[in-house]
Parts: sequence; structure tokens; C-alpha cells
Amino acid sequence: MMTLSSPHTTGSNTVSRLMLTLCAALIPGLLALIVFFSWGYLINAILATVTALAVEALILKIRKRPVLFFLKDGSALVTALLLACALPPLAPWWLIVLGTTLAILFGKHLFGGLGQNPFNPAMVAYALLLVSLPLLMTTRWAAVDQSADFGQTVTIIFQGGQTVLDGLTGATPLDDYKQSISRLTAEDVLVNPIYQTIGAVGWTPVNLAFLLGGLVLLGLRIITWHIPVSLLGSLALLSILIGSDADAFVPLSLHLLSGSTMLAAFFIATDPVSAATSNRGKLIYGAGIGALIYIIRTWGNYPDATAFAVLLMNFAAPLIDHYTRPRVYGHKAAVKGYKNEQD
Amino acid sequence: MITAILTLLVLAAIFGALLGFASIRFKPEGNPIVEDINNILPQTQCGQCGHPGCRPYAQAIADGEDINKCPPGGEATIQALADLLDVEPKPLDAEHGEEKTPQVAIIREDECIGCTKCIQACPVDAILGAAKQMHTVIESECTGCDLCVEPCPVDCIDMVPIEDTLATWHQNRPLSNIELIATDRPTPAVNKEDAA
Amino acid sequence: MTVASSLITRSRVWSISGGIHPAEHKQESNTAPIEAIPLPSTLWLPLNMHIGAPATPVVSVGQMVRKGQIIAQSGGGISASVHAPTSGRITAIEDHAYAHESGLKQPAIAIEADGLDDWRKQTPWEDWASKTHEELLQRIHDGGITGLGGAGFPTDIKYRNRHAPIDTLLINAAECEPYITADDRLMRERAEDILRGAQICLHLLGARRILIGIEDNKPEAATALEQAAETLQQRIELAVVPTKYPSGGEKQLIQLVTGKEVPKGGLPSDLGIVCQNVGTLYQIYRTVVHDEPLISRITTVTGAAVSNPGNYEVLIGTSMETVLNHAGAHLKKADRVIMGGPMMGFAVPDIAAPIMKSTNCLLAPTKKELPPAIEDSPCIRCGLCEQACPVDLLPQQMHWASKHRELESAELHSLEDCIECGACAYVCPSRIPLVQYFRYAKGELKQERQQHEESERARIRFENRQARLEREKQEKEARRKARAEAAAKAQAEKKAREGAPSSGSNDDDPVKAALARAAAKKQARAESAAAVEQSPAELKEALDKAKAKFDKASTRLQEAEANGDAMVAALKKAADKLEEKYLSAEKAYQAATQSQETDPS
Repeated sequence: MMTLSSPHTTGSNTVSRLMLTLCAALIPGLLALIVFFSWGYLINAILATVTALAVEALILKIRKRPVLFFLKDGSALVTALLLACALPPLAPWWLIVLGTTLAILFGKHLFGGLGQNPFNPAMVAYALLLVSLPLLMTTRWAAVDQSADFGQTVTIIFQGGQTVLDGLTGATPLDDYKQSISRLTAEDVLVNPIYQTIGAVGWTPVNLAFLLGGLVLLGLRIITWHIPVSLLGSLALLSILIGSDADAFVPLSLHLLSGSTMLAAFFIATDPVSAATSNRGKLIYGAGIGALIYIIRTWGNYPDATAFAVLLMNFAAPLIDHYTRPRVYGHKAAVKGYKNEQD
Repeated sequence: MITAILTLLVLAAIFGALLGFASIRFKPEGNPIVEDINNILPQTQCGQCGHPGCRPYAQAIADGEDINKCPPGGEATIQALADLLDVEPKPLDAEHGEEKTPQVAIIREDECIGCTKCIQACPVDAILGAAKQMHTVIESECTGCDLCVEPCPVDCIDMVPIEDTLATWHQNRPLSNIELIATDRPTPAVNKEDAA
Repeated sequence: MTVASSLITRSRVWSISGGIHPAEHKQESNTAPIEAIPLPSTLWLPLNMHIGAPATPVVSVGQMVRKGQIIAQSGGGISASVHAPTSGRITAIEDHAYAHESGLKQPAIAIEADGLDDWRKQTPWEDWASKTHEELLQRIHDGGITGLGGAGFPTDIKYRNRHAPIDTLLINAAECEPYITADDRLMRERAEDILRGAQICLHLLGARRILIGIEDNKPEAATALEQAAETLQQRIELAVVPTKYPSGGEKQLIQLVTGKEVPKGGLPSDLGIVCQNVGTLYQIYRTVVHDEPLISRITTVTGAAVSNPGNYEVLIGTSMETVLNHAGAHLKKADRVIMGGPMMGFAVPDIAAPIMKSTNCLLAPTKKELPPAIEDSPCIRCGLCEQACPVDLLPQQMHWASKHRELESAELHSLEDCIECGACAYVCPSRIPLVQYFRYAKGELKQERQQHEESERARIRFENRQARLEREKQEKEARRKARAEAAAKAQAEKKAREGAPSSGSNDDDPVKAALARAAAKKQARAESAAAVEQSPAELKEALDKAKAKFDKASTRLQEAEANGDAMVAALKKAADKLEEKYLSAEKAYQAATQSQETDPS
């Protein structure tokens, strides 16, 4: 007989509600991406969702887990949408399908499924793709001016991009600035129409839309402020301390408002399964990601750094957890480390 | 060339000295592993493992005997020994008996003839009595080894399972939804109550 | 009212970490006045209604008792006495249904009420202030008072064990559990008596101030307390804390009203505070001034399955079923009956169980109202539990440790500081029964510690025994050697003596001495045999017993032989022995009957 234990009442929260709210909060950002850049994001989102659900169902079936119960929780959907927002919009369709499959299979189920994965599944897939297919991952970004309409986008994605090259651009603003600043001065670089007064054309509203979604999550208490604030804070601080010279380094506004910064700060780094857990731990974890993003963006070879920064800090999360336990009521000090040294 | 050799030699000397120092400075005293093993064993002193008491068995394990010969300790003890010694846990060796719920010996006192045989058999001196006097078991000290049952000529000793009281009862481990799948269920030793 | 402002001060309020805001459900039961439940026909009084040692019955079955009479005396140390809630006859002292999750029955005393409700002799103390502390404490102890807030800790102990000088009497009037309004109603209706009880405690403690911690959802109760303070001219400090579960936990309330934490392993008295629930203070007043022991309490009966939810004054020992029926509970509609609130209460396995001193609420919810737990999903480490924990634990980490029975890790995460308030399980989106995991792990931890202690004791006893056996062996060896030596010596002496001329004395002749001893022994045996000679009836009885035992032993032996049991040898030995006994008993009996026949006297 199952013992009924207290409490006899619970709040209305469920995992699927949490996940679906997360998806809903992603929508403003996704819409902005579609509006300012490309229909490709929409197609990506649909492809990723379908693939994620199919792969999830298949693996659950193989692992003899209750399929519907886990499909309903919406975690696969979150992974799919995150990937759709992060992958290049004009990459061939199979890249999305492959990426989503990798995320669900390698990122999640090989570690034991929901709640067991030490790494963020979407970022695992992103990193795998970036390492395995660097060309496709860096050249299939859409230009801001939306030159390809929906039909053309479909053609690019499903028939291979080499035939229709309109609307393709190789470099994101972050990448472009870093490449150009070695030759030019800040003034000359910023002449490029992809930049605007604050941040970059298209990327600034996209990041603001993700910020909006993130604030909604904060307001609904689905995430806490610790990770976003420490992430953005450490990124900004490093940018001010080290890279204040706009003639040598990417400026602060670009760091914060272009690339995947806001997406990372509010949606990727805050993935609870792979993040640190205590409040102090979250602060350290977020600050670590922010610092790594800055370091990789400035001195690394990759244009954007979210995936690697997040994955590296995922590694560190258990260690952080062990040393940042909060002080318990009535205790003189927090218990640290792996052994109880109190007695 | 000469510098390289010299460097290597110097390094070898330094590290060699360090190792030598450590081996003297941090030398473990005695053979603590026997004590560690003995601490894990349930101290029932029942001899079901074939040794006269827990400590001799601990010594035998340290000398390489199997860790699965202790029925009173059961799976939990085997697991703990496996963790300590870093070996694979094995299922309990049925030859030595099977795991039972904890028991305590009770003497049916009006049938006791006062032969003192059980007193001599008790490994922990938990039976009180003298020749021609009725004997009784000090329950709090009885390890439930059942060594006293066999010597009793009139068969007046019962082994009774220890029952839960309000002080000892506690909640079972909840079975989660996912554990409804057989392979995910915890091993019986982890949760005896569930099996019961 | 200018006096009021100087008598009543509003105290500063600090905050606690975490906490939740479950639906309050207080209005269902807090509108109607407290109603007494009519005298039931039978009352069952468990001997163990408090933390500590159970009370010892001092009455016997069939005895008549009067209302308020002690029927079970507190059993030394931490314990509380049990009193007859009404006059009547003791009908049983046996195990009875008991309000505990385990469903284990517990020893209880049954009283059949005679309907007279006849009080024992009472000696009211209107002038309690003239009594010594010891007299007052004895009165509280004899009144069987335990904390009425829920835990049931014997009250007098709080006043006896004090480590630090007490500065504050903290009145716990928070009542943060949803549904429960027993304290709320009590304060609204009997605020003066509560404060009179507080005055007694203040006097006992030598404390400086009365601080009342009350949630802001009970404005009527707060007003009642303020009015009572004015009437009694008693200075009070009111700390109105925001409504947040679990602000009514003792440690949480102390943090809320003083900003200080009770140190780990310490007591509130370490901070100069003694915390007392309003119900307990009321009872202290009734006991000290009116000489009424703890025989009744206010219990909230509520839930959607109850048609007249409200607060009832119930005699301790009344069956829950009686109380629920009186409040109009539709037991078929009720999904379960919970003793206590929805957050920390437990489902009662058998509602024949009696109301106890700690039964502050009976909750009979419908399935719709408090739905049974839904299937749990895996933990996604969302951290909501950690945000809700009032003692800053990491429930998700403790959950991993508990689930996999990693007790060391659970301890590392301070499992034992968990107050089981249920806030974590309340917010968990995966609906994991966290509290049950923690209670399981706590139980395992306790059990493991106890087992370790026991095995340690067994080890020491075993080693001592081994040492003793070894010593005995050596002593035996030594004695044997000594004897051999002595014999050798004697032999040598004898040889020497034989060589020497005999003294001729009678005493020195060993042969004669031995003969004399043997004769004396024979005489003594004959005398003792005559003295011990038993009557034939006794012998017959012994014979019958021996025969029965022998028969039993031989059947067992046959059985064992048939089964090829390993015990055959032992049984055979036993059977032989019994046969011998049986035969000798038979002989003795026959001899006795014969001698009786020949000896007519």
C-alpha cells in the first residue's frame, strides 16, 4: 500500500506547464527573428518540433518509458525551439533534423532522460554541429533585409542553398566587427549598414524581444534573477574593463544586444537541469558563462560562444553546488564540500 | 644534451625524495582495513559465515575471502563491503543462509529446565540464568543469531521477528511513477519495506 | 482610550526565507462560535498522547473514576499524566486504534461514561501568585498539560529546563496551517483567559515581556487580545506577521519576531525566549486557577465533506468518528480524514481512533477539494523547492540522496534540519512527494544509527566474552596445575610420613576420618529425604507433567526423524532425558502410594 504523506495539497504547477510557459516566452524572440531575418527560423522551428517529438517518442518507446506521459511534459519542445532559435536559418533541412536528433538522443536520453542530463541538450547538439559542420554552421545566416521570401527560403532549405544565394550572408555582426576591426577603425567598421546606433540592425530588436520574454519568465517566477543578472553583469563588466577601446575590441552594446546574448542569458543558461542550484551557485555559474562568452568571443575562433560557455559551466555545476550550499537555519556556517566535517 | 640529462636526474631525485618522505611520514599504522570491515559487519556473531564471530570473518575478508557470506547483514552489508573494498557486489551466498527480518530470541520460561546450554552458546552473553534456574533473554542485547535455539534440550526458545513500534516505524520510500518499470526499481535491500 | 497606546505596542517584524501561500480555507470554520460536543458513551484514552515516555495506568478494570481523576501517571522524565475526562467505569485497558500514520494500535484506557460528569474534589487557586514556583509547576505537571499546537511536548519541562535567563514569553498565535481555526476562535472568545495563562507563565519565567506573534489574517483575534490586555491592564507587544506558511513553526516565528535563529541543536530558551501556543496558555489558566486538568480541547472540524464545519470543544478520548458525525461529516464523500492541517497533517488509518491532546484539526476533504497525488515526473532541478524552503535547505539535492538511500549525502545536506513543513512538495512542478522521501531517509538514518550502536554493543560484549572465556581457560589450567602440584606434594609428604613413626592419634587417621564423614552424610540424607517427602498428589502432578513432556518430545522426535531434520540428535537426547525423568517420577509416585497404603496414619 502506498502511504499518503503530507502535504495533502499542492500548488497548480506542473512540469508541462513550466515547459510550455517557457516555450511561450520564447515566441516574441522567435517572431522577431522571423520578421527581421528570415522565414527560415519558422521552418526551422517546425522541423525541429516535429523531429524532437518524433525522436523523443521513439526513444521513449525503445526505453520502455510511458510515451505520452513524457511527451506531454514539453521538455522536447523547449529543446526544439531553442535549437530553432540558435541554428542558422538558411541551413539545409537535414541540419536541423540532425541537430534535433542529436540533442534528444545524445543530449538527453543517453544520460537517462528528463532531469538526468548534465548538459543542456540544445547546446550539446549545437556544439556537435559546429565542430562537425563548421562551414554550414557559419555561412548560412540570413541578412537583415529579408531579400528571400517564404518560397525562396523553402527552396534554399530543401533544395540546397548553392543555387539561390540571395539573402545569404556569411557573417553575423559580432563576427564582422571582430574581423574588420583588425584592419579598420571603429568608425570605418560601423559604416557597414548592418550596425545601428545601439547594437546591430535586426539583432538589437531580436535581443530585446528575448529580453522581454525573459522578463515575463522572471515575473512568473519560473526563473530567478540570479543567472541572467550575473551572466549579463560579468559580460558587461569584462567588456568595460578589458574592451573599452572600440578600435580594438567589440563594443559593449554589440556584446549585449547582438548574437545570442539574451537568448543565452534568459533561456539557455537558466535551464535548471544542467545549471547550478543554490542561489549563490547560480550567481557564480552565470558569471562564469558571461566571462567565458566574452573570452571566446574576443580571443576564440568562433563567432558566437554561447554553446561552449554554457557547456563548460555545465561541467562545473556539480562542483559549484558542493561549495555554495546555503547556510541552513540555525547553523553557524554552510556545509561545504563532499564530506561533512562538522562531526 | 647534458642539461636535459641533468634536469631529468634532478627531477628524479626530487620526486624520489618526496615519495620516500611520504612513505615514511604517512605510513598507515596496523591494518585498518580489518577494523573497517568489522565495522560494516552486523556483529550478530552468529557464525553463519563459517567463522567464529564477525571479527574473524572480517580478517578472512581482508585475506581475500568472499564478501557474500553474511546473511544477517544481507544485501546492504554486501553493498557496503563492495564499496569499501572496491569490488563487485555479489548476491548473498545461499549456502550460508538467507536474509531474514531482524529477530530476537524469547525463552518460554515455564518450560525452561535451567540447563545453561543456551547461556554457553550465546556469543554476546545476552542470556541470564544459572544452573537449575529459569533463564531469560536480555532482549535489548540479543543479536538474533539463533545460536541458542539448537542446544536447548527442551526446545523452549523461539525466534520472533522484532515488531515495529511507534518509535521505530517510519515512512516507506515512495515508489515513483517511473519506477513502475521493473528494471528501475530499487534493489530489495535498498528498500526492504517495499518488498514486504 | 489613552491607556491602550501605552499598554499595547506593535513590535517590529523580520522575515523568513522561502514560504508559500496556499489557499487559506479559514472562513469555512472560523465564523461559528465554539460548540461543545455532547458526552459520548465511551472514551478511549491512549497512554501516549505526548512526546516522551508513555503514562502508567493507575486504575484497574471495573474501577469507578470521577471526572478529572488521574487514570495514568506520568512515567518519569519527559511524560504527562492522563485524566478521566468524565466520571464512569473503567471497562478496558488494552490496545486500541490510535491516530498515527502507521496504523499501529496503542495501549489505551476505556471509560464507560456514567452520564453524571461528577468532578473529583477541586481546589481552585484564585491567588496563584502566592504559590511557589515549585507548587505551580507541580500543578501544571499534574494537570497533564502538553503543547496543544500539535507536537505535544509536556509543558512543565519547558519551565524546568532553562539554560539562559528568559526575557520574552512568545505567544504563538500564528496558526499558519490552512483550514485550522481553533486558536483563532479561542482568541476571539477567550482572550482574557489566554492572557491570564500568559501572566502565570510570565511569573514562572521571570520574563520581562509578552510578545504575541499573530498572522495578519486574524484581525478579530488580534483585537480581542488587545481588548483583553486593556481589561487586565497587561502590557503586551503584538507582532503582526504577514500571512505566509509556515510562519507558525516555532523556529520560524522566532525568526519573524526577533530576527534571530535558534542555534542548531539548541532551544528557544538559548535566545531567552519561551514559546507557547495560545491553546496551551488557556489550558494553563484552567489548570492552575480552576484545577481542571487537560481533559478537553478545541478541535477544528472542517473540509468540504463536513456540513457544519466549525470549532468544537471535545473531550480527549472521544472517537474521531463521533466528532465527525456530530459536525455532520459525510464520510462517504470524504476522500480521507486528516488529523492536523493539509500541509503537515496525516491521513488517519482508522477513525475509531480517539481525539488526543494534540488533535487540533480533523479535516475531511472531498476528492475534488484535496485531490490525491498525481503521478510524479523526474526532478528537473527547477529550484522552486529551494526558493520555498523556510530553513534554506536544498530539497532537490536531498531528494536525490534520499531516493538512492545515500544517507551520508543526505546528512551532508542537513536532512535533519528539515522541519517537514511541506513547502517544497507544495511548489514542486514534478509533484514529487519530497516530504515522504525525507521522512523515509530520516527514519533510515535513525535506524542505521541505532543498528550501529547495537552492533557496537554486541561487538564489545562478544569481545568481553571471548576475553572471559580465555581467562577462565587459563584459570582452569592454573588450578589444574596447582592441584597436580598439591597432589604431588601430598604424595611426597605421605611417603615421608610413612617413613616416619605414626602418632597413633585418631584424628590423624585418614581412614577413620573418612568413615566418620560418610556416616554423617548418610544420616543427613535420610533426614532431608524425610523432610522433603512429597504428598502423592504432588508427585502425581509431577508425574503427569513429566509424561506430557516426554510424549511431546517423542512425537517431535518422530516428526524430526521423518523429515530428516538436523535436530534429531538433540531431540533424541532431550527425549531420553525426559524419559528418564518420567520413569523416576513414576517410581517415586508408586513408592509414595505404596508407603501410603502400608502406612494408614
